[in-house]
Amino acid sequence: MFNDKDTGDETTGFRLPSGKFDVPLVVSDKVFDENGQLFFDLFNLDGILGDKFLVNGKIQPFFQVHPRRYRLRLLDAGPSRFYQFFLTDLNSPGTTLPFWQISNDGNLLPKPIQVTNVLISVAERADIIVDFSQFAGRSVVLENRLEQTDGRGPNGNVRPAGQGDHLLRFDVVLPPVADNSQHPATIAKFYDLPTLEPPRVTRTFRFERGNGQWQINGRFFDCNDVRFRIKKNTAEHWVLQNNSGGWQHPIHIHFEEFQILSRNGQPPQGTQRSRKDVMRLGFNEEIEIFVRFRDFVGRYPQHCHNTVHEDHAMMLRWDIDETGDLNTEP
Amino acid sequence: MASIARRSLFSRQTVRRSSRDAIRARYFPNVVLRTHEDRPVRFYDDLIKDKVVVINFMYATCEGVCPGITLNLARVQKLLGDRIGRDVFMYSITLKPEQDSPAVLNDYVAMHGVGPGWLFLTGDPADVELLRRKLGFVNPDPRLDADSAEQIGNIRYGNEPRQLWAACPGLAAAPWIVESLSWLYDERARPSGERR
Repeated sequence: MFNDKDTGDETTGFRLPSGKFDVPLVVSDKVFDENGQLFFDLFNLDGILGDKFLVNGKIQPFFQVHPRRYRLRLLDAGPSRFYQFFLTDLNSPGTTLPFWQISNDGNLLPKPIQVTNVLISVAERADIIVDFSQFAGRSVVLENRLEQTDGRGPNGNVRPAGQGDHLLRFDVVLPPVADNSQHPATIAKFYDLPTLEPPRVTRTFRFERGNGQWQINGRFFDCNDVRFRIKKNTAEHWVLQNNSGGWQHPIHIHFEEFQILSRNGQPPQGTQRSRKDVMRLGFNEEIEIFVRFRDFVGRYPQHCHNTVHEDHAMMLRWDIDETGDLNTEP
Repeated sequence: MASIARRSLFSRQTVRRSSRDAIRARYFPNVVLRTHEDRPVRFYDDLIKDKVVVINFMYATCEGVCPGITLNLARVQKLLGDRIGRDVFMYSITLKPEQDSPAVLNDYVAMHGVGPGWLFLTGDPADVELLRRKLGFVNPDPRLDADSAEQIGNIRYGNEPRQLWAACPGLAAAPWIVESLSWLYDERARPSGERR
């Protein structure tokens, strides 16, 4: 979680908010039955949406904070819901409250980027820095404004400020304390993105529904079936396709991080320029990514991280070995 | 905010119903079906209750994925050996009850080398449609939902008293289907981890 630059000590390295000012926020939604017991619909193959939102396992919690900068590590823990997080002052919902995004899926961005919201799908992570000193004595809400009414994916609507899901209320009521973290605006650089190189092969993956379950390139998962082999110490381009207007899929690729080369033909902008390990594949999207494999061999999966799709065969296995193959549509 | 949620969730006024009953009420209508041996059976009482079961949908004249899935399930039946009819019960329900009479299904059974412990079932079309929807053999896209091939790819399997239910593709490797089933009837075969 830490290294010599991202040190876990806000007086050294990149000087990011640390200790009790570095807080994971694991967001999920659950269904409860009339007895208050957790309920998971095992007959639903589309995706499960909860009607209660939990942050770090608590329903609609509040969090008393000091008026200073915090690093908040957002994780969409699913099982099927996507989130678009905003900070909202419910007494003034029309006021935009910007914050800083510093990472994607655990990888620091080239530098902090000021944003007004963060959109993540299941298993995606985003670290943000929020300066609560501007809200001293007040409350602000972590709000999901993305609308999603079934397990298939969000419907594209963003609800008005204040009318979304109020996930966590920050009460900025604790006394002022020292803040040794650096203002994100003055951090010129974390890391450059790794350099690209020509791919050894470009492979295409279609994520689709077929025969009542979930397929990649028309096939179901079989963990004994090595769908393709990667030659160690080489780079590849992968094209992730969703030919459906009905479903969205968070695609998680194990073992190596990747970079987005293009999304629907456009180069990545802003926070999309980063290393990642989950790719949100929206309606009818085509995303090309660059992946470099190091000198490890072994067996790894890639899969949709909508847990229900993942459990119903939208997964495949690939191996890294000495020779690899050139299968362009595994 | 938290206190309101807690009151409604954990009110002592709530009528307590077992989760097994809740699942039964939600998914297992006790409709009367007829077996390929022309015997009437009630779906919950006779086929599901207290059993580990494998359920799929098919129809006799289906030429697409059906024959492959029936053959695959026949492999599953062989691999399960004498557990079929004792530890595991297999049910194939026709999507076209108008044309698949018990006699038609009986011919299908003979043609596909289906052994004892695996029933093919027909019934009133409205009951069969209710079962299909309740058991989740559905596609939210109405165009695809009307395509029988979309409803035929799945296998449901479960342990009714333990309330464990899952699904896998009908064309999944037969040994894997058998292994997944073994987790339902044999505690020792379950992969590592806590007993659910």
